[in-house]
Amino acid sequence: MKLLLTTALSLAAVISSQLANSQSVLKGMVTNNKSKPLPGINITLKDTYDGATTDSLGRFSFSTTEKGELTLVASSTGLKPFEQVLKLTKDSSYNFAIQLKAEITELSAVVVTAGTFEASDKKRTAVLTPIDVATTAGANADVTAALKTLPGTQQVGESEGLFVRGGTAAETKTFIDGTLVNNFFYSSIPNISTRSRFSPFIFKGTVFSTGGYSALYGQALSSALVLETIDLPEQSAGSLGFSPLGISGGLQKLAKNKKFSWGFNYDYTNLWAVFKVLKQRQDYIKEPEYHTGDANFRFKTSATGMVKYYGYFSRNKLGFRENSIDSIGYKDRFGLKNFNMYHNLSWREGLSNGWKMNLGVSYAYNQDDIDGGMQNSSNQDVVLQGLEWKDFGLQSKGKYFNAKAVFEKRIVGLSAARFGVEYNNSNDNPNYTDYTSQHYDFTIQEHLKSVFAETDIYLTNALAAKVGGRFEHSALFDRSNIAPRASLAYKLGKESQASLAYGMFYQNPETRYLRSVGNLDFAKATHYVAQYLKTNKNITARFEVFYKKYDNLVKTGTQYNNDQVAANNNGFGDAKGIEVFWRDKKTIKNLDYWVSYSYLDTKRDFLNFPTAMQPSFAAKHTGSLVMKKFVTAWKTGFNMTYTYSSGRPYYNIYNDNGINKFADRGETDDFHNVSFSLNYLPKLFSKGANKFTVLVLSVNNIFGIKQTYGYKYSYNSIRKEAIVPPSRSFVFIGLFMSFGVDNTENVINSNL
Amino acid sequence: MKRIFLSAALALSFIAVNAQSDRYKSAMEKLIATLDTTKTVDGYTELGNSFQRVAEAEKTQWLPYYYAALATVSAANNMFVTGQTDKIDPIVDKAAPLIAKAEELQKDNSEIFILKKMYNTAKMMADPMSRYMELSPVAAEALATAKKLNPENPRVPLLEGQDLFFTPEQFGGDKNEAKKKFEEALKKFEAFKPADNLAPHWGKDQATYFISQIK
Repeated sequence: MKLLLTTALSLAAVISSQLANSQSVLKGMVTNNKSKPLPGINITLKDTYDGATTDSLGRFSFSTTEKGELTLVASSTGLKPFEQVLKLTKDSSYNFAIQLKAEITELSAVVVTAGTFEASDKKRTAVLTPIDVATTAGANADVTAALKTLPGTQQVGESEGLFVRGGTAAETKTFIDGTLVNNFFYSSIPNISTRSRFSPFIFKGTVFSTGGYSALYGQALSSALVLETIDLPEQSAGSLGFSPLGISGGLQKLAKNKKFSWGFNYDYTNLWAVFKVLKQRQDYIKEPEYHTGDANFRFKTSATGMVKYYGYFSRNKLGFRENSIDSIGYKDRFGLKNFNMYHNLSWREGLSNGWKMNLGVSYAYNQDDIDGGMQNSSNQDVVLQGLEWKDFGLQSKGKYFNAKAVFEKRIVGLSAARFGVEYNNSNDNPNYTDYTSQHYDFTIQEHLKSVFAETDIYLTNALAAKVGGRFEHSALFDRSNIAPRASLAYKLGKESQASLAYGMFYQNPETRYLRSVGNLDFAKATHYVAQYLKTNKNITARFEVFYKKYDNLVKTGTQYNNDQVAANNNGFGDAKGIEVFWRDKKTIKNLDYWVSYSYLDTKRDFLNFPTAMQPSFAAKHTGSLVMKKFVTAWKTGFNMTYTYSSGRPYYNIYNDNGINKFADRGETDDFHNVSFSLNYLPKLFSKGANKFTVLVLSVNNIFGIKQTYGYKYSYNSIRKEAIVPPSRSFVFIGLFMSFGVDNTENVINSNL
Repeated sequence: MKRIFLSAALALSFIAVNAQSDRYKSAMEKLIATLDTTKTVDGYTELGNSFQRVAEAEKTQWLPYYYAALATVSAANNMFVTGQTDKIDPIVDKAAPLIAKAEELQKDNSEIFILKKMYNTAKMMADPMSRYMELSPVAAEALATAKKLNPENPRVPLLEGQDLFFTPEQFGGDKNEAKKKFEEALKKFEAFKPADNLAPHWGKDQATYFISQIK
């Protein structure tokens, strides 16, 4: 027995030593498809320990004692693996010449970027991060204000909205989690621009298209602003804010299993105290007062699935009087009460076989109660003969329901096809009361149905195309349209790429010009965009040229009081321009800055324009310089924004027996604005602290530069008055804190 | 006779199995010894590949995945130390699937959470300005979990010390506090007995090195 075991053991030893003696040698070289050697490639004999790593010249060599049929694999991330089956016998020797091709991956593939700006933490081609949106001086945490420092936008101060490439504010539409948002801005006030409603902190991604946007979106002639809300928060946290403008507070709670979160915020703003210190041009009867609340919940439905709800409520009112331009010694009185609510529910899910689904619904209700009139010098309401129309009430109710479903299928690599449907229902119900208390009530109801399809085609890592189309049917106008879209991107180098975009875009005539539908049709725009983009971690350089052609713009005819009413679609126009964007985070130490410049040449004949001309909301030259510097020793961030705009034209147009004529025209002075803001973070990174505090100081138009947005005229064209900001400068001070509300955060913070 | 044959066959198969695991052990021992002395990116890349081959051949062992990820993260850290932050991402991204595999085979292991902490910190270092907010808490939580799973793991105070050491003072860094952590780590290294000679045992040299760097 013992003998047998010894024999067996020695036999095993002999066999293994023999095995060790007969070795196969495998060597070779690995290159890419341009015959450049690839170092660091893992060469493996599958299911064995044997293999090698290529050296700096792409060479490898190793020996193995394995025998039989084996597979040699050469692999590395970002490359398509190479496999070859070998037959290894005693002392076989192989020499390989392996070529590895690049895999088309999100990390290396070209991205179609013509016409778009992106703010994101993740995307390589993003020009801004969400933090940038919040810390741009002059923006005061308004998403759209930060976007106004990018090329393609206008510095329009007398009304809200994004005026893009010669388009009106109504030509830009906003989408949250895929669905359309109505009343994205607070209700209009005469000659004062209002803010966008939503806090920038609820968004993790912003895509701002200034032209040639995707077939997934429609009903915007010029621009789409696509906002994506945050997913689950990193941790539970509470927040508090104090400023002379008001107070705010909120709570976000993340479940222990990190699959569910809920939260709410409330904000009360009252400008009474501020207006006592910063004198306004208007004499306020009721200083603006806002109650704003929001609530959310989000939960994971699977590893890739997520349901999100965001709800928003706002109630606000204001009232002021100012010297009337129509009758000297009298005053115009304006009052506004607004109630708005918005609900958005979305569900995204990764399905099997490369399918993805995005569903979203939103419902909004908006009610404005506007009260206009005249007062005498002792602030008593009066009705003046010939100016009776200035005494009015307008109650506008709007109900909006939007739904959208998008399905996506990965075809091969990054190539994908997506398609879907969209439904927009709007019910606008303005109720006008004249000075005799006569009511004029009417309703405009629209059902807009859309079908769209789009495909991303990645031919190589360097060449990609996006081709799509959109079909829309309007029940209100009983018209349909088909809008083709296409874009192409080509990678020129590791950091640079060129892209082209083309598309047709349709939009309903604005309801504010509608009294009846008549024979109206969609307005139409055609975009052509060419872009060069170079990005790396420190520098973004972007150069874009575009041409945009407008057809079927709305022309207005007869006027009720001072209102213009849509008559036909005979309007037209075009816009062309050059835009430059440069961002540099490195050259000057600790200074991050960007420069934008836009040249715009546009003319249009729409509404009551007597001829095709440069509209009053479009300046030829626009520029911005944004600077950010964080001084770590002082725990303080300094931000400065300078904006410039060349003079804009202004017109006084009157209707002479059905023919529109100029009573006056001119051009404003150039516009300059310097804004400054400071963020002081006293507890920044302090050890053991479970609080995050930021003190904000911001000053708009810090040098008090005189700014003129345009001119307004008396009803009889006798008097003319500059439209200027309500106050030369504006100062804001606020203290915002967030703090952990459970132990997890204490642990995290004490470990920072 | 029949019984003798059976015993012989059994004995032979026992030898074969033993030879197999001996092969695993000796291969791993050799690689771990190399890892202990490796200092270059190329060296770490090569080791990462070698560990990965062992991992994929064995399929059921978590340690080769662990070491493959450790070597990969070390290569990324080396890129950070030499200021080539733009090269961190493509390297460190290779570690993520390796860590996931290791965790699949070995749940709730303090050492794997140490690795997760190192991975997230390396990832953050590629672009701290924009990734700090997101990744710093993730890294801190991984380290906290590692501590919870094994409070005696000497690599926990070692990494805590490194965070304090590398963070500038105005951001909450503190060299004296760091030194205390490194000393705590050294004490724990004295007491720490790895499960066997393949189990993670690295870090003592680093603790000694960092202490020598603090006056």
